[in-house]
Amino acid sequence: MIYIPSITAIAIFAAFVAFTLGLSFYFARKTSSASSYFAAGGQIHWFVNGVAFAGDYLSAASFLGICGMIAFYGYDGFLYSIGFLAGWIVALLVVAEPLKRLGKYTFADALDAKFRSPGIKLAAGISTLVVSLFYLIPQMVGAGALVRPLLGFNHATGVCLVGAIVVLIVVTAGMVSTTYVQFLKGSLLVVFSTILTVAILNRGFHVDSTDDPNVHPRVVATLAGQETPMITEGWQGGVYQRTKNSQTGEVTVWRQMPNGATSQFYECQTITLTHDGKKLVNGKPQGTESGEGDLFPVGSVVNLPDGATETGPLGPMSFFRTLEGSTVLLWTEDKTKITDHDGNVTTVYYPKPTSGSDVLLPGNSPTFSGLRQEGLLPKLNFLSLMLALFFGTASLPHILIRYYTVKDQSAARKSTVVGITSIGFFYVLTLYIGLGAMTGGTLDVTNSNMAAPLLSRGFGEFLFACISAIAFTTVLGTVAGLIVAAAGAVVHDLLTGFCKMELTDHEKVRIGRIGAIGVGMLAIVLGILFEKMNVSFLVGWAFSVAASANMPSLAMLLFWRGTTRQGIIAGIMVGMISSLGWVLLSADAFKDVYGLDPKQSLVPFNQPGIVTIPLGFATVFLVSLLTRGKQTAAASN
Amino acid sequence: MVLHDHAHSGEDETELVIARNARLGRWLFVGYLALYLGYMWMVSFRPDLMRMMPGGGLNTAIWYGFGLIIAAIVLSFVYGWLCRKKDSAP
Repeated sequence: MIYIPSITAIAIFAAFVAFTLGLSFYFARKTSSASSYFAAGGQIHWFVNGVAFAGDYLSAASFLGICGMIAFYGYDGFLYSIGFLAGWIVALLVVAEPLKRLGKYTFADALDAKFRSPGIKLAAGISTLVVSLFYLIPQMVGAGALVRPLLGFNHATGVCLVGAIVVLIVVTAGMVSTTYVQFLKGSLLVVFSTILTVAILNRGFHVDSTDDPNVHPRVVATLAGQETPMITEGWQGGVYQRTKNSQTGEVTVWRQMPNGATSQFYECQTITLTHDGKKLVNGKPQGTESGEGDLFPVGSVVNLPDGATETGPLGPMSFFRTLEGSTVLLWTEDKTKITDHDGNVTTVYYPKPTSGSDVLLPGNSPTFSGLRQEGLLPKLNFLSLMLALFFGTASLPHILIRYYTVKDQSAARKSTVVGITSIGFFYVLTLYIGLGAMTGGTLDVTNSNMAAPLLSRGFGEFLFACISAIAFTTVLGTVAGLIVAAAGAVVHDLLTGFCKMELTDHEKVRIGRIGAIGVGMLAIVLGILFEKMNVSFLVGWAFSVAASANMPSLAMLLFWRGTTRQGIIAGIMVGMISSLGWVLLSADAFKDVYGLDPKQSLVPFNQPGIVTIPLGFATVFLVSLLTRGKQTAAASN
Repeated sequence: MVLHDHAHSGEDETELVIARNARLGRWLFVGYLALYLGYMWMVSFRPDLMRMMPGGGLNTAIWYGFGLIIAAIVLSFVYGWLCRKKDSAP
């Protein structure tokens, strides 16, 4: 779909960036010690830190990815919301206070507090870098994907732009500026999501008239009359009917779909790649001139309860009640492409009337379709993912380092409470925003990430401008946090901890800044290379690795006296390698990364968590038992 | 088990308080984990229960999902409130 960049959005975004960079340069003068560069001097107020947790954690995957998934498939996107939020309980009740007590700058510090082992520093440092990198890639890809429709730049330019801004933020004042950027972004995200939700509830639902030929998709009972069939080889015998209007010459693709007791012909959308490399949208070259065409925005309700045509403003519960009794039109890309005798390949996007009650239950999306099948195996992906999300949140290095920016345990605890409240409230809103986008008539069938911003455009240019600018800053805030975590791992865990380099405070900051530039540039390159990859796949991957590598060691260290340093090192390495290996051998990787047949994959399901998290725990346990003797013997010598 | 290293920060909570908080945290965690596992089980194996309408026109899937989020927020406040005493009442 063609997006017209909004000047207001560019202006507001530029204002945000100018403000955050100004803040960063202001704080830069005060950030000269390692303590202030990596941990903001431990002086961040707990409330600010709590909202910064939200700004750090709620990335593009949450705002754009989840709302987009809900908009296209219904309830399934919300499963991510629940998993992402529930993980914070592990952070609050299991990890926050001990971590704060034990460490100084990084998660490796806490793991190593008892043993003072270079091996642990090395393993934890590597784990931090790996997880941070895997989390960075989808953020940068998301930034590039946003930039094109919102600002009009191409993917690579967008990635470079975001990368450059973030590196500036981190290099100037490290954790201090990062914290305030995240605080700002977290507040704006929650406030504007609330405004959007109120707007959605206030508008309610409405049904478009099917008699109006200007309302798309057109819905007709028969294809007789003006529409004459236009069947060529590729279309023969398939589910689609292609017709040409005898008056206007317009070519339309239809599909007959049941709606309750009747069935009707629904207008579909097509994208055709011609044999000579041109792209046709709905039969015409893509553009806004006369003779050109574009995809039409979608997302509508076809039946409301009791045959009403509109509901007026709805409350938070009547919103669901009404949707439950309605029928909506969901759009799907047909995976079978149609090839014509002249070499043209067409992808069809077709609408499917779906009952509201179906949409409000899990299992409607391809990712979780196993939930609607019989047997245990199809459900393992879901169970595995939910475990990875639950244990992964409290294992993410860029979240854990945020505990070192507050004064003490009590502040760590209070800031987590503030974080959980803001994040939880936001995730409740995602269900409303996603369903509002599903029915709001503004969706682009080819791009689910744009669901929330496009929905806001339906309410007005100013709201759209703010939401777009905030969508950008979501990337800035999270990427800044990831780069600080990675820089900290390099300086603190690897160079000082493992290599035992003697560095002055000043040198640590300087190397930290160089490290930030290095990681930033790597992130830019990877963000450009991975443009086509599925973003949620990568985020889930990062969670699985974090949950498998970090959580078992941390939990065993905190709760079992028998944990040895070899156990911790083994746990991290086994957890990391097994989860990475599993994902690289999964059907999703075969399909999206290598371009091979997913049926050839070597593992039975995509998400490793349910196997690799227990494996991590078992490794720490067994290796600790095996090495316990050595430690006692060494201690008594 | 308590690992402490007061060298790093201005900790003003005594060991007894830390132990009490940790115990409390463990129990609350187990409770929430049970809720979460229940959700995972119901979504995977009892779609019939998910379809039920306990009230308000919302199905169980939505009630339980929202319930987990609200429970997390409430639980965090409860934990924060119960941990507020810095002296040594066990």
